[in-house]
Amino acid sequence: MKRIDWIPPALLLAIVLGALAMIGSPSTWVTLTVAGLAMGLLIFIMASGLTLVFGLMDVMNFAHGLFIAIGAYVAASTIRLFAGAAGADSFLANLGAIVPAMLAAAAAAGLLGLAFERIIIKPVYGQHLKQILITTGGMIVAEQLIHVFWGPDLLPLPRPATLRGSFLVGDVAIEKFRLIAVVVGLAVFAAMLLLLNRTKIGLLIRAGVENKEMVEAMGYRIRRLFVGVFVAGSALAGLGGALWGMYQESVTVHIGASMMVLIFIVIIIGGLGSIGGCFAGALLVGLVANYVGFLAPKIALGSNILLMVLVLLWRPQGLYPVSKQ
Amino acid sequence: MISSLLSKDLPRSRILTAMLAAIFAALALAPFIFPGTRPLDVAAKVCVFVLLVASYDLLLGYTGIVSFAHTMFFGIGGYGIAIALSRMEVGWSAIALGTAAAVALSLVLSFLVGLFSLRVKAIFFAMITLAVASFFAILASQLSDITGGEDGITFKVPELLRPAYRLLEEPFLGVTVGGRFVTYYLVFGTSLLLFLALLRVVNSPFGRVLLAIRENDFRAEALGYRTVIYRTIANCLGAVVATLAGVLYALWLRYTGPNTTLDFGIMIDILLMVVIGGMGTMYGAVIGAAIFVVAQNYLQEAMKAFSEALRGVPLLPDLFHPDRWLLWLGVLFVLSVYYFPHGIVGQLRAGTKK
Repeated sequence: MKRIDWIPPALLLAIVLGALAMIGSPSTWVTLTVAGLAMGLLIFIMASGLTLVFGLMDVMNFAHGLFIAIGAYVAASTIRLFAGAAGADSFLANLGAIVPAMLAAAAAAGLLGLAFERIIIKPVYGQHLKQILITTGGMIVAEQLIHVFWGPDLLPLPRPATLRGSFLVGDVAIEKFRLIAVVVGLAVFAAMLLLLNRTKIGLLIRAGVENKEMVEAMGYRIRRLFVGVFVAGSALAGLGGALWGMYQESVTVHIGASMMVLIFIVIIIGGLGSIGGCFAGALLVGLVANYVGFLAPKIALGSNILLMVLVLLWRPQGLYPVSKQ
Repeated sequence: MISSLLSKDLPRSRILTAMLAAIFAALALAPFIFPGTRPLDVAAKVCVFVLLVASYDLLLGYTGIVSFAHTMFFGIGGYGIAIALSRMEVGWSAIALGTAAAVALSLVLSFLVGLFSLRVKAIFFAMITLAVASFFAILASQLSDITGGEDGITFKVPELLRPAYRLLEEPFLGVTVGGRFVTYYLVFGTSLLLFLALLRVVNSPFGRVLLAIRENDFRAEALGYRTVIYRTIANCLGAVVATLAGVLYALWLRYTGPNTTLDFGIMIDILLMVVIGGMGTMYGAVIGAAIFVVAQNYLQEAMKAFSEALRGVPLLPDLFHPDRWLLWLGVLFVLSVYYFPHGIVGQLRAGTKK
């Protein structure tokens, strides 16, 4: 077992505590922290697949945002199907609407991911320049196809009744939907850790990230493993897209492309190919964006870029560099 | 004479030569051949995009680096001149100052981004430039005091370039020689000059080193070329030319805004043009930009007719809806990357060799 590098988590904790000192009011701080965690975990759900795919197969999919958009659109359509459950005034009934929506989003994005890997990416393994071009081209075509099927207009994605508004705990206001995002995000992270650290498949994936020729030499078909990871990553992006769409309560075709920038920043900060780094990076970006947005709105826009530059100056390969043989 | 103007890099295909000559003639004589505002707008846009795409080809086709920040430099040029002309006294000195400031800013930015991220993989550079460019686009729309926000800046140009100005009292060969006429030839002439300069750069010893880096950067390094320095210089050069293209486009439109310069859609357009026209050929930029801009303006009408003819068939009319023209260019783009890596120009040249 590798020793865990505790400096990044300590840094996160320091930022959270430092923010408490700077903000002063504990209730505002709790609200901001929950918002930051929710945002960070949502980004983590969307980014984790991308970073694993890169780590395993050295493929950077610039069309990853597409799966996010598909997830959001499918979720919007599913919620419309379950309009009765979504409109009811009971939490369980609402859950009966958003859980199918999330599952459908993940399934649709996963299937699309399978097709995308077969048709678009398979012919260009090992050629970075072509990968960037071809995945960008695939994104152009797919965005247009979304227009063909769902129409060019903004699609409303109303949140079910009981998930709107916020809880009041004392004088702390916490938006309900953010809690859902935190719960789902933590569940995904826990499941991923279990899968990666406690199963044979996880072992193979981790080994593949470090040295894929060796895994192949042991007789495992890394290609199949890779397709599985690609599909799972796409499905997670779809799930994240569904949640993000509900969070914004509307969907446009650019929902994915606009997230891509944040996702890239997160996986660069984390170290390309590292899941732990992706998690730490996502939380860092989510928290810092919320704190800075409150403390100094003027520089909030640049905070992500600034964060990336600072992290890269400190650790040029990202928070958790992936060792490649 | 022509050979040395083109830096001895001839089209090397009869059909390609004919196409280039036709495009050149159409652009050079545009005010005479196509009277009316819209065709002249299209011609000016072709000139600017030929230059913009050619400067992108220097990066993508010749050096093998993918940048998503090219529209940022395009935008810096547009905003530089717009801010100078709207704040200062309208005149040529404002244009000169705006251009100089924009070029300086582009140089510094491209140098920093290049030095920061060109050491590592192509993918890393693409991701960093995407992040920086989107940040710049947000910045431009937020700092509305300086940039006019989403509305952009509409500005006045020097009198010589104004539509109402008349250079000659009488029409010349049936064409009014006024401000638009002068502006068009300013755009056309500058684009042509800079394009020829780029052609010179890629055919110089410096250009050869760039090609070597594209083909095998490890070997180029081993031969003693500092690849980071060459890549950074190419990056800065591309950025400066893109900035100048932005200046020309803003002068033509007398307007600069996020949608005409910084939009990610324009970055996609540039990629489509350079890949469909032909990467690493320079002439591909001319062919790609001409086809694309003409398609953008006229393909939609053809598709409208086609879509109406298909009325009643399920799904097909939607696929050929006039707004879906980008879908078909996207498909062409994907096919190009797979099957014709040197685009239209490469295909034409390969056809001649047989």
